[in-house]
Amino acid sequence: MTTQVTDETPHGIPDDPEIVLAARNVAKSFGAVQALKGVNFDIRRGQVTTLFGENGAGKSTLMKILSGVQRPTTGELILEGRPVEINTTVEARDLGISIIHQELSLAPNMNVRDNIFMGREIRGPGGVNFAEEERQTRALMKELEEDIDPLTKVEDLRLGQQQIVEIARALSVNSRILIMDEPTSALSASEVEVLFKVINDLKTKGVSLVYISHHLEEALTITDHAVVLRDGVMTAYAPRNEIDLEWIVRNMVGENFDLGSPPTGHEMGAPALELKGLTVPATASAGNAVDGLDLTVRAGEVVCIYGLMGAGRTETMECVAGRLNATKGEILLHGQEVSHLSIAERIAAGLVLVPEDRQRDGLVQTMTVGRNLSLASIGNFTKGFLTNLRAEAGIIDRSIREVTVKTDGPGAAIGSLSGGNQQKVVIGKMLATKPSVILLDEPSRGIDIGAKAEVFRILADHAKDGMAVVYSTSEVGECLAIAHRIIVMRRGKIAAEFTHDVTKEAIMAASGESLVA
Amino acid sequence: MSNTSAVTGARKSGGKGSFSLIQLLLEGRAFFALIAIIVIFSFLSPNYFKLSNFLTMSNHVAIYGLLAIGMLLVILTGGIDLSVGSVLGLCGVFAGFLMQGIEIPAAGVILYPPVWAVVVLTMALGAFVGFVNGALVAWFKVPAFVATLGSLYVARGVALLMTNGLTFNNLAGDPALGNTGFDWLGFNRLFGVPIGVIVLAVVALLTGLTLMRSSFGRWLYAAGGNPRAAELSGVPVKRVQISVYVLSGICAAIAGIVLSSQLTSAGPTAGTTYELTAIAAVVVGGASLMGGRGTVNGTLLGAFVIGFLADGLVIIGISSYWQTVFTGAVIVLAVMLNSIQYGGQGKRS
Ligand SMILES: Nc1ncnc2c1ncn2[C@@H]1O[C@H](COP(=O)(O)OP(=O)(O)OP(=O)(O)O)[C@@H](O)[C@H]1O
Ligand SMILES: [Mg+2]
Repeated sequence: MTTQVTDETPHGIPDDPEIVLAARNVAKSFGAVQALKGVNFDIRRGQVTTLFGENGAGKSTLMKILSGVQRPTTGELILEGRPVEINTTVEARDLGISIIHQELSLAPNMNVRDNIFMGREIRGPGGVNFAEEERQTRALMKELEEDIDPLTKVEDLRLGQQQIVEIARALSVNSRILIMDEPTSALSASEVEVLFKVINDLKTKGVSLVYISHHLEEALTITDHAVVLRDGVMTAYAPRNEIDLEWIVRNMVGENFDLGSPPTGHEMGAPALELKGLTVPATASAGNAVDGLDLTVRAGEVVCIYGLMGAGRTETMECVAGRLNATKGEILLHGQEVSHLSIAERIAAGLVLVPEDRQRDGLVQTMTVGRNLSLASIGNFTKGFLTNLRAEAGIIDRSIREVTVKTDGPGAAIGSLSGGNQQKVVIGKMLATKPSVILLDEPSRGIDIGAKAEVFRILADHAKDGMAVVYSTSEVGECLAIAHRIIVMRRGKIAAEFTHDVTKEAIMAASGESLVA
Repeated sequence: MSNTSAVTGARKSGGKGSFSLIQLLLEGRAFFALIAIIVIFSFLSPNYFKLSNFLTMSNHVAIYGLLAIGMLLVILTGGIDLSVGSVLGLCGVFAGFLMQGIEIPAAGVILYPPVWAVVVLTMALGAFVGFVNGALVAWFKVPAFVATLGSLYVARGVALLMTNGLTFNNLAGDPALGNTGFDWLGFNRLFGVPIGVIVLAVVALLTGLTLMRSSFGRWLYAAGGNPRAAELSGVPVKRVQISVYVLSGICAAIAGIVLSSQLTSAGPTAGTTYELTAIAAVVVGGASLMGGRGTVNGTLLGAFVIGFLADGLVIIGISSYWQTVFTGAVIVLAVMLNSIQYGGQGKRS
């Protein structure tokens, strides 16, 4: 494959005063893994530089270097024409650089206000000036058009709301350079729209931004300059007016991917999963998160659940999987009531969930890639008391290949994988149990288009073999990928149901969302 | 994707060199510490490097080691068991009490259970205390530290109540009553190895096998590393939690039996503060108090380090005050090295 390097790839000392922060020949190795191999990268004043690249391309690593989280093995950083060393995040903050991390870095046990001002509390006469902090937090939430009380504990918030808090924290610093590493992976379309408004405001104030996202179309709408990283090397660089979606995809993965189409040519079987009047109380507030939901999914069918945040998608799935208890209603798996079964028993019966929040619910951070992959299917390679190491290695190898995890090997630490590859491990782990019904809560969160297409292809293949697939998404485009049926949820109820030939606009209108231009 | 695997293959063969030497030293630190301790004390005292001394020291290590293995299981799940020292004392006293015979007033007879029954009943008592701990932690959501701190007091109190503060001295049994053999555990040797050490070896072997090769072992690491994710992957987290406290209680009971047999007496204050020694051994052995990381080998080495160090200090005649200081220093050093080792991995995640 030819790597095309356009002439505009930056090199040398930046003499352009428009370039606020530049990286020159930055390389970074982790042991034997070379994450970055001599990258040049420019951030322009008052503009949005978007960084595209596959999972594991080195995007997050580069951003961590720019924001003082990690230090480069070689290479230098140049801030407004002068070489600088950024050793810690505090130094970066003092230089006016802040970052929104891909993996949330909030303290779950503390409230929103304290998280936002952590490490730079506002001093008052009697210690911390909580009132002022709270006022500013409210102002930030207003700016982000989000109804979050500053005194709620972060662990009581939905994942998307936590992401909003993370964004608010970065905004509150008033930095000159703001790096956003997949800030929207858990946000709904309308929230993304608000964020983009905020970004445009920041630009007019002269703030320079770096933006990373696997939602390519969305990212293109705010991009001023696009940069593509591939295997630790910068492969393409161009201003917005010269590029389009196809350019990005071509440079990222070399070919054009589409997200597939609903699998056809197989018989739909008997109902595999039936929900009857399912009602789940909300965890944080009064009322019901899921309110009398009826849904039937047949074997071999792929169903997509679309909805805004708080529509009750996650609660539905967690209740079906056994994490939450329903107050009313029935859950039938192949005609058998499973409400009384534990999570483990439901997995054994063939009903599994791929959770939304991979750090909190998906991965055991202290275990290796291999052991994470084999954790849920441990019964399949245990005979009597002992596990069969050969059988386990087989399962792990197959999973790594099936979901194409980019890793040093099954023995690598799970934290050494890039965000998207960690997500693939969570999916692979549940697929390895050979389920008959699989629920996936935002399975595409953080994975690149190539991988997204692959995950959808795998799911479509399994559906052909008779697996019932239910996935949720906040990206309308993904609804139209492989789903035979699209269910739109709104306030815990089914607001609409469509077949594959529906338009994006109709889906969004049914969800109660204002249309994005 | 084929080019990806080619890349990873090439990466693996890349130079590691000095990096892996540091890694080796760090990972094998308990082992190197043990060697250093043996070498240093052998220089300082002619009595240290003798088979008889090693056997004596190993007898001491057996007690710590048994407690530490039970503690390891609990720590792996992210908990802690402060009650093991008291359970050791309580079980020793209970065994002693059984050896004195159980008087049944209604029938007017005194029952003398055979030694095997004494051992089984005592282990059952240890398991019971462990079950209470586990139930408090898993079902009633009492923090492990608090729950087991409570049992620490209760178990010790019950031991004192049972004996009125006195010690059972007659544990030998009587051939006429058919309950001899209790001192066999503490004094006899099999192929020159004290029985206590053999018991430790067997327990360690079984635990090691469980941790490395059984699904229960895997569950334990998963539940300690991230209980929420483990549960969603089908790990019965609560059952695992309760089981580890039960196993820790059983280990403490075995240690109690071995210790009272070694001492030929069972006192209600035996094992006071041993829980701290056990925790120290686990930590020196490289386990993380946050759960999810640690091995039996490491813990055994940790127990040997602490035991051989303590006995060595006694042999060269250092005051017991200094012994305390040294032990403390070793523990802190070990934890420091732990955070260096896991700190490196933590940054990756
Ligand atoms: N601490 C680490 N130890 C070992 N390898 C690492 C570490 N951090 C990152 N890597 C490796 O460096 C490469 C780049 O990772 P990085 O997180 O920068 O990818 P990314 O472009 O952000 O991907 P994604 O889109 O999935 O987030 C990957 O191969 C990853 O496995
Ligand atoms: Mg990343």
